[in-house]
Amino acid sequence: MNRIVEKRELADRIWLLRIEAPRIAMKRKAGQFIMVRSHDGGERIPLTIADSDPEAGTITLVVQVVGKSTSALCSLAEGDQVLDLAGPLGKPTHIEHFGVAVMVAGGIGVAPLLPIAKAMKQAGNRVISILGARSKDLLILQGEMAKASDEVRIVTDDGSEGRRGLVTHELQSMLDSGMRPDIVVAIGPAVMMKAVSELTRPYQIKTVVSLNPVMVDGTGMCGGCRVLVGGKNQFACVDGPEFDGHLVDFDNMMARQRAYAEAEATSLHLWEEQGHRIGEEGCRLAGVKESE
Amino acid sequence: MKNEAELRKIVENYDKMTAKEKMAIPRQDMPEQEAEVRRHNIQEVPFGFDELHAMVEACRCLDCKNKVCVEGCPVGVDIPAFIALIRRGDFRGAAAKIRECNCLPATTGRVCPQETQCQLFCTVGKAKKDPEQSVSIGRLERFVADWEREHGALEVPPIPLSTGKKVAIVGSGPAGLTVAGDLAKMGHKAVVFEAFHKLGGVLIYGIPEFRLPKAIVQKEIDYLSQLGVEFVTNAVIGQTYSIDELLNDEGYDAVFVGTGAGLPVFLNIPGEQWVGVYSANEYLTRANLMQAYTFPNTDTPIIASKKVVVFGGGNVAMDAARTALRMGAEHVYLSYRRSFEEMPARIEEIEHARDEGVEFMILTNPKEILADDKGRVRAAVLMRMELGEPDASGRRRPVTIPGSEFELEVDTVIEAIGNGPNPMITASTPDIQTNKWGNIIADPATGKTTKRGVFAGGDIVLGAATVILAMGEGRKAARAIDEYLKTGEW
Repeated sequence: MNRIVEKRELADRIWLLRIEAPRIAMKRKAGQFIMVRSHDGGERIPLTIADSDPEAGTITLVVQVVGKSTSALCSLAEGDQVLDLAGPLGKPTHIEHFGVAVMVAGGIGVAPLLPIAKAMKQAGNRVISILGARSKDLLILQGEMAKASDEVRIVTDDGSEGRRGLVTHELQSMLDSGMRPDIVVAIGPAVMMKAVSELTRPYQIKTVVSLNPVMVDGTGMCGGCRVLVGGKNQFACVDGPEFDGHLVDFDNMMARQRAYAEAEATSLHLWEEQGHRIGEEGCRLAGVKESE
Repeated sequence: MKNEAELRKIVENYDKMTAKEKMAIPRQDMPEQEAEVRRHNIQEVPFGFDELHAMVEACRCLDCKNKVCVEGCPVGVDIPAFIALIRRGDFRGAAAKIRECNCLPATTGRVCPQETQCQLFCTVGKAKKDPEQSVSIGRLERFVADWEREHGALEVPPIPLSTGKKVAIVGSGPAGLTVAGDLAKMGHKAVVFEAFHKLGGVLIYGIPEFRLPKAIVQKEIDYLSQLGVEFVTNAVIGQTYSIDELLNDEGYDAVFVGTGAGLPVFLNIPGEQWVGVYSANEYLTRANLMQAYTFPNTDTPIIASKKVVVFGGGNVAMDAARTALRMGAEHVYLSYRRSFEEMPARIEEIEHARDEGVEFMILTNPKEILADDKGRVRAAVLMRMELGEPDASGRRRPVTIPGSEFELEVDTVIEAIGNGPNPMITASTPDIQTNKWGNIIADPATGKTTKRGVFAGGDIVLGAATVILAMGEGRKAARAIDEYLKTGEW
């Protein structure tokens, strides 16, 4: 169960993991996520499913190493087993024939966006994808997105590939040219999703965002992932993770995302002190090093 | 306190004693950790009886013919019978006697509200006009279960030949575990599905270590495994498998839904979104299931609180407040809108919390939560209340005193005001009908839902109740499931 059958580095600190999980591979739909716990004593973290192969019985995750939990997960090697994997969770993306569907991906947000783009295309939409990253080296899944889209536009902060600037610049140009998408789906850092939502608001373009607040159980049990949507408490795990971007209180969500910043730094620091290096295979689990 | 020789004499002379003499035996104290010590550790609070004190306490039982205490037990344990076995020093036999009706005795011996159940009916307490003076049935049950576990005396009863029937049990809390154990003993295959990575449901994520050590819960589950119960973790029914898939594709002949009350209710007051506001579910899950008390040796953090306020007056509120003390908070306040008399928590829990230093603020009600410029909690605004006329629940209704607002400086708020039913299963199985609160509608006698082959019990039906009531529901459902499997009649 949960064996990693493929692992490769897509970009610096960004890993693709293909994991045996036949039931989830069969059941999952675009937009859904899983809860992962990589080792004993580990946190439960939510990760959106980037792809699945029901026949091979595998799901694909794309993980950016940001702290202890993602480091530990990405330190597992091919053939290793992920300790716990539960899902698929959350509501699937609402897919229908809207017309023109613009996918806006910031950084690693392209991974959860890929299955949505595929499904949108399959539903007959004209799919235009805007992929943004800090630089060329951090652009991932370009080929896959190109296959799932009618058109792909690339934006990098430093101009090392595509247009120099932010995804919102590209989206603004699109709107300035008179184009009016029927739906925008934006996934990426909270600031980016906020900016996209602000941009589309005056045009009244339906804008869907996928939120990634801190979660514990992922099944509606703790309420830790609650976000204010239209002034009401919504649980990202069961009511989401996708919401109307025009209704989300992003500032509050970002404050909540930072709730454990200090603790997370402590945790990562301790892990590194024990001899682990971010994303490095080998001495993978806290405790292994100690017993050596 | 009598010396050992005197205590032994009581035990030896029981058969010759009159009821009056038995009633004169003082209630035996159960030693516990000092409050000042225990508020800084997560070890269990009481130490439990030793053999001799258990036998003396057992001598306080009058062995009434009509066994009134059993009427107060939701699972129908033959209480006088197991107590008689303790009196004779047959602790192994006493454990086996309890296990006939209760597969989680170490748990119920610790968390049952005995004072409102078996001990409320006890003749000794009645005669003394003080239920506090009843035979300590719960403590005796706990003693027996601990003795059995510590002496490796847990015996697996003979299991009948397999009936070839397979039942899916959704949720590994007290209701589900009870159904699983009973069905296994009837020869049916019981497979328990748990959404979390660890088994036990509320016994693991909710009830704190200092009240119910997790190693003990694990032993209770190990026993069920020995009975042949199978467990599947990380299986979120409603998502990983639907109920219909279990029945139609996975070969289950029946399903029992025991998913509990796992949806936290929030007050819906301004400021609930600030960093540092927790549901009791989240706070307790982080601390218990995810072991935040060993952070950073384990990875799940919890906010390092200095001043905490808990909203609520039930057992969960007490658990949250006492956990906050153990997590290192200097001040833990408990704000409850009525008075001590109306507080729904067990008296024992309230006393434990008070002894440990929880500061009770009765007749106060939260109005708003205030934050600093970083969005972190800095204070709670409370209103003072007074009690008016009784409301529908019969309790005097709290009424706000106008102009009584005041700020309580805190960095953490824990809301422990109740839990609703998690809609994951009912939303994905429309033919299971629910009431207006979302609880599954089930026949109280059998646990039958509106969907053929699907039974339900515990908090998902009752609303937030107790471990033992959930187990009682589980027992009834197991009998009804057995009947259904045999006859196929719905």
